[in-house]
Amino acid sequence: MTSPRDAERTSAAPGPALRIDALGKKCPLPIIMLAEQIGEVSIGNVVEVLADDPATKTDVPAWCGLKSHEFLGAADLATTAGWAYRVRRSY
Amino acid sequence: MAYFDAASAEPIAPAAKFALLEALHDGWADPARLHREGRQARLLLDQAREQVAAIFGCRADEVSFTGSGTQAAHLAVLGAVQARRSPARGQGHVVVSAVEHSSVLNAAAFAEDSGTAVTIAGVDSSGRVDVDAFTAAVGRDRTVLACLQSANHEVGTIQPVPEVAAACQAAGVPLFVDAAASAGRMPPPAGWSMLAASSHKFGGPPGVGVLAVRKAVRWKSPLPSDNREGWRVPGFPNLPAIIAAAVALEDADADRQAADTALRGLTAQIRDQLPALVPDCVVHGDPVTRLPHIVTFSVLYLDGEALVIELDRAGFAVSSGSACASDTEQPSHVLAAMGALTHGNVRVSLPRNTTEESVTAFLAAMPDIVSRLRGSVGRVEQREIW
Repeated sequence: MTSPRDAERTSAAPGPALRIDALGKKCPLPIIMLAEQIGEVSIGNVVEVLADDPATKTDVPAWCGLKSHEFLGAADLATTAGWAYRVRRSY
Repeated sequence: MAYFDAASAEPIAPAAKFALLEALHDGWADPARLHREGRQARLLLDQAREQVAAIFGCRADEVSFTGSGTQAAHLAVLGAVQARRSPARGQGHVVVSAVEHSSVLNAAAFAEDSGTAVTIAGVDSSGRVDVDAFTAAVGRDRTVLACLQSANHEVGTIQPVPEVAAACQAAGVPLFVDAAASAGRMPPPAGWSMLAASSHKFGGPPGVGVLAVRKAVRWKSPLPSDNREGWRVPGFPNLPAIIAAAVALEDADADRQAADTALRGLTAQIRDQLPALVPDCVVHGDPVTRLPHIVTFSVLYLDGEALVIELDRAGFAVSSGSACASDTEQPSHVLAAMGALTHGNVRVSLPRNTTEESVTAFLAAMPDIVSRLRGSVGRVEQREIW
């Protein structure tokens, strides 16, 4: 499952290894982007999703629960309306 | 065409259609008048009230007819607050579950604007209210009202009303039970102080709601005084529709057990088979303690509105709690409170005449519709994420 590129990223710092900008995108697009791209970070690393569709407040943690990835939390964005969600790839 | 949106409106029962036509002939006069026509209208209205009271297990004079289930919920909540606000209590405190119908939540928010405190009790992932949190809130000082639905209108989960009712009774707090989702499908749960129902959800015509207020419950109209419907509901009642609604409720109640068995079996087929037919499909709500006719699911990575439109095109009428399919741009507050996936959401609610063939056809149609829609969402390729 782990590609050479993933292996390179295994030693990444605790911050997000990948940021997905889904601002302006309506559900389910932010969730699709997360599902498509979480495989680009190595297991144990963190993906950050920026989104402003209110449905993501429920759907990001719900997707993590369904897919057994670890939902680390959400923070309000400082400069624009929306949230930054952090998800740790579990497998 | 298979109509699977009974939770929005049950097709009108044939007996109710007949009763409506008859009532337009005999029951149009002012029931408050003493002439022959008025007395006849009064007789029909009283009879409808008796029919409804018998099924809800209360006295006829405890039953009032409203213009809708929403109006019944508004009057129940605001009337209870109105009667129990006092200099000592202030504006009081109201407890609601997070998954009440919007009419209940909006009435509570309306009271909140006038200074009433509101506690919203959460639910678990099946949509069942947290009994400990709810009863702890009921025990708070100055609590004037608790509101818990009989069953959830979106996911079908039956609420633990008897458990909550015991705590309310011990605390001397009236309990409003919104029974709109369950009326005509199961008897009202024990322990209610006020009850609401809606005609078009049990096979009656639209435009009629029922508000029942137990004699012992203090209630004061939040609206200008009017002598109709026991001083509870202002305005000349829609007598023909009320008469037809009472007939529909009797009809649904008489057929209740047979309909329960048949519809529960059909929704169980969808619950059990759909996740195997459609990858990444989550079924919501309690699998056992649920209404017979409702099954709700979310299809991962799909837009709920697109699903509803495609299903309509294929001959299946369903509804959705997804934000894109609602007029508020907000996802369903019920699914959000449950922590459930809100996108790709579909509620199937089967009317009483649903055939097994139509459910089989629905299950057969779903995989193709889903894979076609998934293939067209954004630039997404069909890869390992499905």
